[in-house]
Amino acid sequence: MNAHAVAWLVPALPLFGALALALPRSERIAAYLTIACSALAFGLSVVVMAAVRSAGTLVLVSNWVQVDALSVLLLLLITFVSATAAVFSAGYIGPEYGSQRTRLYYANFNLFAFSMLSIPFIVEFGLVWIAVELTTLLSVLLVSFAGTREALEAAWKYMVLTLLGATVAVLGVLVLFWALHFTGSIDFTWAGLRAGAASMPLPLVKVAFALILVGYGAKIGLVPLHTWLPDAHSQAPAPVCALLSGVETTVVLYVLLRLRGVFLAVPAVHVQAWFAVLGLVSVGAAVLLIMQTHDFKRLFAFSTVEHMGIILVAASFATPLGDVSAVWQIMTHAVTKSFCFYAAGSALLVTGTRSIADVTGLLGRSKVTAAALLVGALAISGAPPFAVFLSELAIFRAGIVSHHYLVTGLLAAFVVAGFFGMLFQVTKMIFGRPAKSGRARPPLPVPCAIALGIAALPVIALGVWVPLSLIELLMRSAAALGG
Amino acid sequence: MTAWLYHLNALVLGLFILTAIAMVVVRQIGACLQIFVMQSLLLSASAFLLGGAPWSWHLFALGCVTIASKAVLIPWILRSLVPAQVYARRELSQSVGVPAALLSAFALLLVGYAVGMPLNAAAHSLSPGNVSLGIAGLLIALLQLAVRREAVPQILAILGMENGAFLVGIAIAPNFPLIAELAIAFDVPLLAFIVAILARAVYRETGSTEAGSLAALRELA
Repeated sequence: MNAHAVAWLVPALPLFGALALALPRSERIAAYLTIACSALAFGLSVVVMAAVRSAGTLVLVSNWVQVDALSVLLLLLITFVSATAAVFSAGYIGPEYGSQRTRLYYANFNLFAFSMLSIPFIVEFGLVWIAVELTTLLSVLLVSFAGTREALEAAWKYMVLTLLGATVAVLGVLVLFWALHFTGSIDFTWAGLRAGAASMPLPLVKVAFALILVGYGAKIGLVPLHTWLPDAHSQAPAPVCALLSGVETTVVLYVLLRLRGVFLAVPAVHVQAWFAVLGLVSVGAAVLLIMQTHDFKRLFAFSTVEHMGIILVAASFATPLGDVSAVWQIMTHAVTKSFCFYAAGSALLVTGTRSIADVTGLLGRSKVTAAALLVGALAISGAPPFAVFLSELAIFRAGIVSHHYLVTGLLAAFVVAGFFGMLFQVTKMIFGRPAKSGRARPPLPVPCAIALGIAALPVIALGVWVPLSLIELLMRSAAALGG
Repeated sequence: MTAWLYHLNALVLGLFILTAIAMVVVRQIGACLQIFVMQSLLLSASAFLLGGAPWSWHLFALGCVTIASKAVLIPWILRSLVPAQVYARRELSQSVGVPAALLSAFALLLVGYAVGMPLNAAAHSLSPGNVSLGIAGLLIALLQLAVRREAVPQILAILGMENGAFLVGIAIAPNFPLIAELAIAFDVPLLAFIVAILARAVYRETGSTEAGSLAALRELA
């Protein structure tokens, strides 16, 4: 089988998984089928990575569908998080929500994974917009899966705010196409837009940038458009949170980063300044919210807002080192945040509450869960020797080397404050005397423990050793950003 | 574009903006849905008129898909899946009263003009009216989203915003590759389906589809 066929199979597998679950009596195999499809998609993504490494960009449909190094990085992350989330779901969905609607859950899960996987493949910006809207539509029912009043509220808020953003963004997409029309080109791909950017009418480029930034900012969770994010993450099942936080927000940020190259060609747009300001505001606000939240799933949701801001700041440097550190942070955040939500889901299973104040002495109740929560909190807040530490260090270095002292200093201050805020909250849960619970809770299901183990591997391993092939992939991904 | 087509399009645009204002103030949810259908038909009419001379099959396809999706499929999905009692209800708990909503809508109409005209001056579009009134329609639908508390009018507000965006789109990007047709053909019916399922669940849980009353999630709970 050639590399092109393998590349097509990556998004096709979750789609096949979703369609297969439409068959009657497929409840019992739903979990296994989803795990198999996700794991196989990850394996095939590795094959695609090897092909892109040797042959460069794979063109599947010229000017519409192709895979370059940055796309491959996103494919690896989406399929890895999908696979671990599928394993975690096998132990989580039944005990937490009952087994009646599992087929519906897994069908929706696969469709959501398919929608996210389609984005890195598409290079035509109009179609990318449709794919981004599909990620919202196919994840709303996962957020509302619990069916409670709170879950419905969270899903409604998520849908309304992100669709509002999509509608604002579509006007930006149309205005950008209008601007491209003046260059004599109709090549509405990433490359075509970059090539024509300098000749586009300035007012149109400015309007398009503002609309797209606001529209996609809502989906990414940038402050002040972030309000849906903590609600959705507190109510959605933990594996869905891993997908939403670990890869969905990232994949939309990826779209914004692809467009950054277009807007950088028009200096009057001041894309670097906007990225730096919005990024810093998001990081600063998220750190304050981390310190005062009372719900440990919301805690990690605010951490996602923080990390989206950090990546945006790294992209604002617009230097090769800044771009490498931005894509590095995208990778480390995806693997670490998904692990954090598995740890939070495990804590919810073991304790039966999301309230930080009601969870004390977790170490005395479940050592695995307590260790996972501590490792997750340390890792996501940038402590050594975990993956995020190295990528954040690279961002600070990129900022200093490019003489962005004020931005780097503020970012460092916020990150350090976030570290202490996160630790303050999580240590309250882990140590101390175990709280007296009303009824005995079941032990952590085996699939959840397995998912935690698999998800922990890159969080720890990439903090002490980054393989040469991965460094090469990161460098080529950064080059694809076209800064 | 010939003069009579231009004038006919201006009439369509005037009616389009009237439907946008009506959707903000009309209280009955069933009537709101009917006005949305009329607005979508007017969007299609504008696409046909702009696509007639010079001929653009993109605009013609967009008009056809809009009729099929927004004037036929969406009302059918929403009426089939959302309980019938909802459509007979009069929404009495809007965040803003009718006079204030009307005044705000007229103010947004002026804002739409103020934003649209400089854009047209920067780069000529097929029809300046589409740009100004499309932006105004989008802003008025945003107002509708802010003042309505029921699930169906809220989502019709988002679809109304999309109608406004596409009213601009058909004048500035008549040869836009596929996005509008595909979005209207696939995304919008899927959106209506998901909304209807969610609204049904809200109705089952709370006895109404008043999404605005769902306010249990708070930061410092």
